[in-house]
Amino acid sequence: MLKHKHFFLLPGLIILIAIIIFPLLFTIRVSFSSWDVVKPGLDWLGGKNYERMIADLRFWEALSRLSLMAAGSVLIQYVIGFSLALLVWRDVILKRYFRVLFLVPMMTTPVIMTVIWRTILHESLGPANDIVRLFGLIVEPYISSIVVTVSASLISLALGTLAAYGLSRFSYRAGFVKNSDIKFFFISQRIMPPIVLAIPFFLMLQFLGLLDTIVGLILVYIALLLPIATWIMVDFFNNIPREIDEMAQIDGCNPIGAFFRVILPNSLPGIVVGGIFCLIFGWNDFFFAFILTFTKTQLLPVAVVALNSSVTPWWSLSASALVSVAPLVIIAFIVERYLSSGNLAGAIR
Amino acid sequence: MSLLMQNMNIQVDGVAHLNDVSLEFKPGRLYTILGRTLAGKTTLLRTIAGLQSPQKGTLTLHGQNYLNLPVWKRRVAMVYQQFINYPHLDVLANVAFPLRRAGVSPAEARQRAREILFKVGLANFENRRPSSLSGGQQQRVALARALVKRAEILLLDEPLVNLDYKLREQLRDEFQNIFTGQDDAIVIYTTTEPDEAIQLGHELIVMNEGAVIQQGNPLGVFNAPATIRCAEIIYSPPMNIFNGVIQRGEIILSGGLKLPTPLALGQLPDGPYRFGLPAADITIGGDMAAEVELSEISGAHTILHLRGAIGSFIVYETGVCHYAMGSTVAVGIDPRHFFTFTVDGKLINPAAAATGQGR
Repeated sequence: MLKHKHFFLLPGLIILIAIIIFPLLFTIRVSFSSWDVVKPGLDWLGGKNYERMIADLRFWEALSRLSLMAAGSVLIQYVIGFSLALLVWRDVILKRYFRVLFLVPMMTTPVIMTVIWRTILHESLGPANDIVRLFGLIVEPYISSIVVTVSASLISLALGTLAAYGLSRFSYRAGFVKNSDIKFFFISQRIMPPIVLAIPFFLMLQFLGLLDTIVGLILVYIALLLPIATWIMVDFFNNIPREIDEMAQIDGCNPIGAFFRVILPNSLPGIVVGGIFCLIFGWNDFFFAFILTFTKTQLLPVAVVALNSSVTPWWSLSASALVSVAPLVIIAFIVERYLSSGNLAGAIR
Repeated sequence: MSLLMQNMNIQVDGVAHLNDVSLEFKPGRLYTILGRTLAGKTTLLRTIAGLQSPQKGTLTLHGQNYLNLPVWKRRVAMVYQQFINYPHLDVLANVAFPLRRAGVSPAEARQRAREILFKVGLANFENRRPSSLSGGQQQRVALARALVKRAEILLLDEPLVNLDYKLREQLRDEFQNIFTGQDDAIVIYTTTEPDEAIQLGHELIVMNEGAVIQQGNPLGVFNAPATIRCAEIIYSPPMNIFNGVIQRGEIILSGGLKLPTPLALGQLPDGPYRFGLPAADITIGGDMAAEVELSEISGAHTILHLRGAIGSFIVYETGVCHYAMGSTVAVGIDPRHFFTFTVDGKLINPAAAATGQGR
């Protein structure tokens, strides 16, 4: 049994630890040092960096502003989201279209939304015709975005599905670490503010020589998407009766065979939902795409924002923003029916 | 040459599910395990299948250790009380699945699956998905999948419990026919229904709170339950138990009812005893008045909960009859139907007259 259950959990867990924990530890080490990017080596500074931070008034201001904003936005989002959810779940005519409509803001990078709003509020919207030039500017980021998002989503989904099945079906124990701790470890990656991870990621990619490359971004995006995929799939597998796994074993499958022959073919709805969430989060990330790339590689959200200069006409900005959300809207329309939980629950019975 | 279980102990979170169970199962025989829910029946089957591992005890098949064999290497088939089928496969593929895993060629697997489907009455449903079938049909698919393997051990965990009354009767009658062709298999069938246990099994095993409390020929067990506990489990509705004494050739039940001692009890010394009386052996129409507390109709039978001078008891009457709550009926009690137990619940003397229940 031992080797079978490890087949499921270990690949995802190891990759997540490698991508997140080691860079994070390195960052902690750096935080106690003075480090010049030009000159190699670390000089030990002890707690001086922290002293400086605590003494800095701006740090406290930023912290209080962040807390206030987080608290406020969570509250407002919760109230509005809950009311909308109630509305959508009732049988409204054109419910399907409303639901997609509500998904659009979720799928739209906040930065892009700001740009759109600025566009809408601007008074000098005028017709212009350099559409060709515009698409010339965003076509490469568009392809990069697709490559990064799709590959990171596929890898995360594969590793996450395996890890989730392991966490759902087997008990793992290593010292005091149990299943619930491992599950929390996966989820905790999404609880940390992105900035905490930004520096470790930056240092790691620099160390690997992958800054400003597609491969580097895929690596980072796996760390972002793997927890989401695992989280969604654990929940999904918990709803598949264990008796089906047991029956497959009685019928002659070992645990790995039972997973691939019986569980996986019945998991399509869960995988679709997990995939959608990976695509949405991956496609919309602005922060890491901005920090970890410079000139060679550029992803769509960064490219769209880069267009946002006084020279670019507003209408073309709007067009580029809309074009950038188009793929997700199309996907949302195609898989919308999987997003209502009723279909998920009815998948197996 | 048998499946031998010795001193099997299983605890889950400190609760004993199996408590020192030792049993022997022989090929070609059908064992029914009768017990209420949580008696440990399912745990016993899961242990044999390899889905649960014991804290203590041994399990051998033909003298070989069976416990260290993983589930997928044991030649076991199982039918759950829930209808468990593979949702993504059609009926034919569901039934052929275990054969394909065992390395049987696709053509032969399909052929054998068709034969079994015909036997369980699903010949025309080959291409349907299990989810589009009725409960009874889904359970037939599960049954076919268990039978098709010709496993050494066939485990059936209350396979009829989730079916409606009519289907249950029908499938139960078919079992006799369905199990032929599994001649060298050990068949173990668990149930909470005494009637089912008596109708199907060659051998009856009664379980209570994780322990085997009686084992033997079904009719033998039925006519001589070793303890009051056992009598309560194997009779449905449970056997009525009255406290009383034997005094100078008379049975005096608590409440003061005096009855003549039947011949068989003549040798018993005077003193306190407990008397068991199957609910079917109390007749309506007699010299004892009792008040109706509850009247329920089950199938073609009426179950009356009565209260009289001797306490509360249950009467099982053939046919559908209506009684108003609170009304009075006269009942007759014949001491020749009494099972006599010691005060701590051990059988001393079975009933002199055959019981009318469960036949």
